[in-house]
Amino acid sequence: MAMIIDRRLDGRNKSAVNRQRLMRRYKQQIKKSVSDAINKRSITDTQSGEKINIPARDVKEPIIHHGRGGIHEHVHPGNKQFSQGDRVKRPEQSGQGGGGSQASNSGEGEDDFGFEISKDEYLDLLFEELALPNLVKTKVVAQSAKTLVRAGFSNTGVASNLNLLRTMRRAKGRKIAIASPYSKRCRELEQLLEQELERKPHNEEKIKSLREELALLRARIETIPFIDTYDLKFNQFIPQPKPITQAVMFCIMDVSGSMSQATKDIAKRFFILLYLFLSRSYERTDVVFIRHHTSAKEVDEEEFFYSRETGGTIVSSALKLMRDIVRDRYPTEDWNIYAAQASDGDNWEDDSATCRDLMIDSIMPYLQYYAYVEIHNQEHQGLWREYEKVGALFETFSMKQIRDTGEIYPVFHELFKRQEA
Amino acid sequence: MNTPSGKPGADGNRRTDTPPGRRVLSTESDWTFDLIEEYNQEIERIAKEVYHLDCYPVQLELISSEQMMDAYASVGMPIGYNHWSFGKQFVITEKNYKRGQMNLAYEIVINSNPCIAYLMEENTMTMQALVIAHAAYGHNSFFKGNYLFKIWTDAEAIIDYLIFAKNYVAECEEKYGIQEVEEILDSCHALMNFGVDRYKRRAGETLEDEPRVQSDRELILQHHVNELWRQLNINEPEKKENQTKRIPPEPQENILYFLEKNAPLLKPWQREIIRVVRKIAQYFYPQRQTQVMNEGWACFWHYTILNHMYDEGLINDSAMLEFMHTHTNVISQPDFDSPYYSGINPYALGFKMMMDIRRICEDPTEEDLQWFPDIAHTNWRETLDFAMRNFKDESFIGQYLSPRLIREFRLFSVLDDDREETLGISAIHDEVGYRAVREKLSAQYNLSHREPNLQVFNVDHQGDRTLTLRYYQDKNRPLSDTTEEVIKHLHRLWGFKVEIETVEEDGGTEITHRCPKPVSEELTIN
Repeated sequence: MAMIIDRRLDGRNKSAVNRQRLMRRYKQQIKKSVSDAINKRSITDTQSGEKINIPARDVKEPIIHHGRGGIHEHVHPGNKQFSQGDRVKRPEQSGQGGGGSQASNSGEGEDDFGFEISKDEYLDLLFEELALPNLVKTKVVAQSAKTLVRAGFSNTGVASNLNLLRTMRRAKGRKIAIASPYSKRCRELEQLLEQELERKPHNEEKIKSLREELALLRARIETIPFIDTYDLKFNQFIPQPKPITQAVMFCIMDVSGSMSQATKDIAKRFFILLYLFLSRSYERTDVVFIRHHTSAKEVDEEEFFYSRETGGTIVSSALKLMRDIVRDRYPTEDWNIYAAQASDGDNWEDDSATCRDLMIDSIMPYLQYYAYVEIHNQEHQGLWREYEKVGALFETFSMKQIRDTGEIYPVFHELFKRQEA
Repeated sequence: MNTPSGKPGADGNRRTDTPPGRRVLSTESDWTFDLIEEYNQEIERIAKEVYHLDCYPVQLELISSEQMMDAYASVGMPIGYNHWSFGKQFVITEKNYKRGQMNLAYEIVINSNPCIAYLMEENTMTMQALVIAHAAYGHNSFFKGNYLFKIWTDAEAIIDYLIFAKNYVAECEEKYGIQEVEEILDSCHALMNFGVDRYKRRAGETLEDEPRVQSDRELILQHHVNELWRQLNINEPEKKENQTKRIPPEPQENILYFLEKNAPLLKPWQREIIRVVRKIAQYFYPQRQTQVMNEGWACFWHYTILNHMYDEGLINDSAMLEFMHTHTNVISQPDFDSPYYSGINPYALGFKMMMDIRRICEDPTEEDLQWFPDIAHTNWRETLDFAMRNFKDESFIGQYLSPRLIREFRLFSVLDDDREETLGISAIHDEVGYRAVREKLSAQYNLSHREPNLQVFNVDHQGDRTLTLRYYQDKNRPLSDTTEEVIKHLHRLWGFKVEIETVEEDGGTEITHRCPKPVSEELTIN
């Protein structure tokens, strides 16, 4: 008689540990293809990209078998026109058709090994060694927003916080406790009284005294107060710092004539990375796009990336606009503010000093982080030098130069490298 | 089998009539545990009482499709140690399954006692019946009866051994780190095909004893190795003797075995891991040699048993149609020029051959009488049973492939000589070609022909400990490019220089692979 066993409820993921081993072993390759993907793929793809395929040719497990060459003889089915002694042309690719030497070497397929990782796995890999700058500090120290949370009960408080249930429960308990010697005596007296009443003839004297004593005790029990200050219980609330779970990211880009589409593309990718990064760390991330030439304007994403303007460059116009927007819409007690600025380094010569002052006086003090990337491969100009002064004053300010697309990720990595606490 | 009852009211079709005492087991496609039990009882009765199959007790396990993928990923081992390659296998399986490319995920059966057969919960009742007949009685009786399995595998102990292996590997990971263990396993896997004894089973080694004697063995082995490599304080006469002594005394084809016993630098646990891989390779070795027979046998029996059930009225027309549909898919053989062609389908060849043997026994033609005088007009059941017990693919095809089948498959053989511009058709399905085709097909299933003949030849134990392997070339076939990779694994296990010497058919030798690569290129010129 056969045993029939239902194994369906047993663990389903017997291979999960083996999958982890696979990921662990090929981490370098997987990470590389992840960063390759970021460099190559278009931006919209990155944002919606949940799964990517990772070809990994190294995953093969080599075994020794016969190689090509020499004499191979193989039997195949389905002969149609051949007869013994015929000569036929060697097929282009062996495996199919006559004479394939690979046909029977099963398990040695020539396919690329690709496999999918989920979006989470993908982003984890992407941001693995990164952490938001000063995130820890923000959470614990720089919190000004507070919220009240329930924290048990207290004996004092305002009337509106009175906890009725607890209060009444205590009152009842107190009454029972205080009354208990009287109640006990009452029960004894009642018993005696009953005995006396049953006895014939009645001892009127005794009954009377018993009844008097009983009445006295009952009156005493009655006088125990219904509620006492001692009974009162209040709900307690204590203030607790509220983590700010929202961030706003300012994207500032120079769209003047000197910025080519290629430069903008590089900037675009940098912003995308930053956005992905922030949206993973905060419940809510707002993005404000500011573009500028000689004057700055807040625009939507589409316009930010794709419309063209020409003209000179005054960076301070964008910084002023950003300062105003922060003041009006993003109070620092509610928002973590990040900003990333991309430029080709051009600026109206007199303006750079203004920028520096603006940054030092009215922007940097409110920001979590300000990243400045300069995309070009020439000499640094005035703006870079002025910004260097800002960087000397604020740890939260950092600047880097990007030369071509392949450098974005390393630079991003560098900018946001996990800062040791 | 049963005479029609001819009950009034029964419809015209004789076969759907319910014979006395038998009724259709189910009409719905859904299965239930009760139904599986009923089907299994009937199948068991037919297999054992009607056809006298000798089987291990059966254990049927219902699993989900994910669990089936798990089972696939661990190459059919119900309990496997952890290794990334199984993860890779799982990812591939999962991908194929999700794309709907994989259609044969019906059954997995374990050569153990009791014989464990997995039934997938997605299967219909008819499919479950097919799988039970195919795996739980077909493969099962093959495992129990075939001589290779009897010699090389130990159905009683395999599960225990796999548990031991899993725990041992896990223990080593804990003690020595995942990375260390993974490296050893990688190297062993690369040489797995060269980790089997082909011709004899070492006496006194049963899988059952493994866990018990394992710790003793560590000591003994290390001692043995120490002896072998003792170099200091050797007396003069001993030294002379040492010089003449060869390691190995005779060429050793079981490379993993050789390394386990002789590699100088391995730690005891590493030797034990080599042993684990070697044991598992050995356990699967008979399966690799009997694919056509094993699948053919199982297909033959699911076909025969389900038809018998139908004849008895246990299953109805719609179940039979569903069964025939699946069965036809399983045994289909695309032609060589079809895009679906990927070699000869062992299910197709095996099934057709089994059916053909039965036909020759029962109803031989003139041709059959000439080719198979010894089996024509014999009891087909006994003849098949004999074939199942005493052959492997190579000899089975050599013995039983009939001209009729060669014609049916339109088999032809192609000679690919790299010195020629074109391919030659060396034999086809005609009078002069039958024997040649049969011979060549048989050779194709000869594992020692299919796999390179590579043996441990010598160790320079007085010098720099170079390990020399010899590849005996056959038909001018070189070793594959992957050899470059594998020799690195050999080097890792051996710990010193490793080289492969190719012995050409005319007797000339040349060192074709080395690890590590010589610093100066001059050295490669031999």
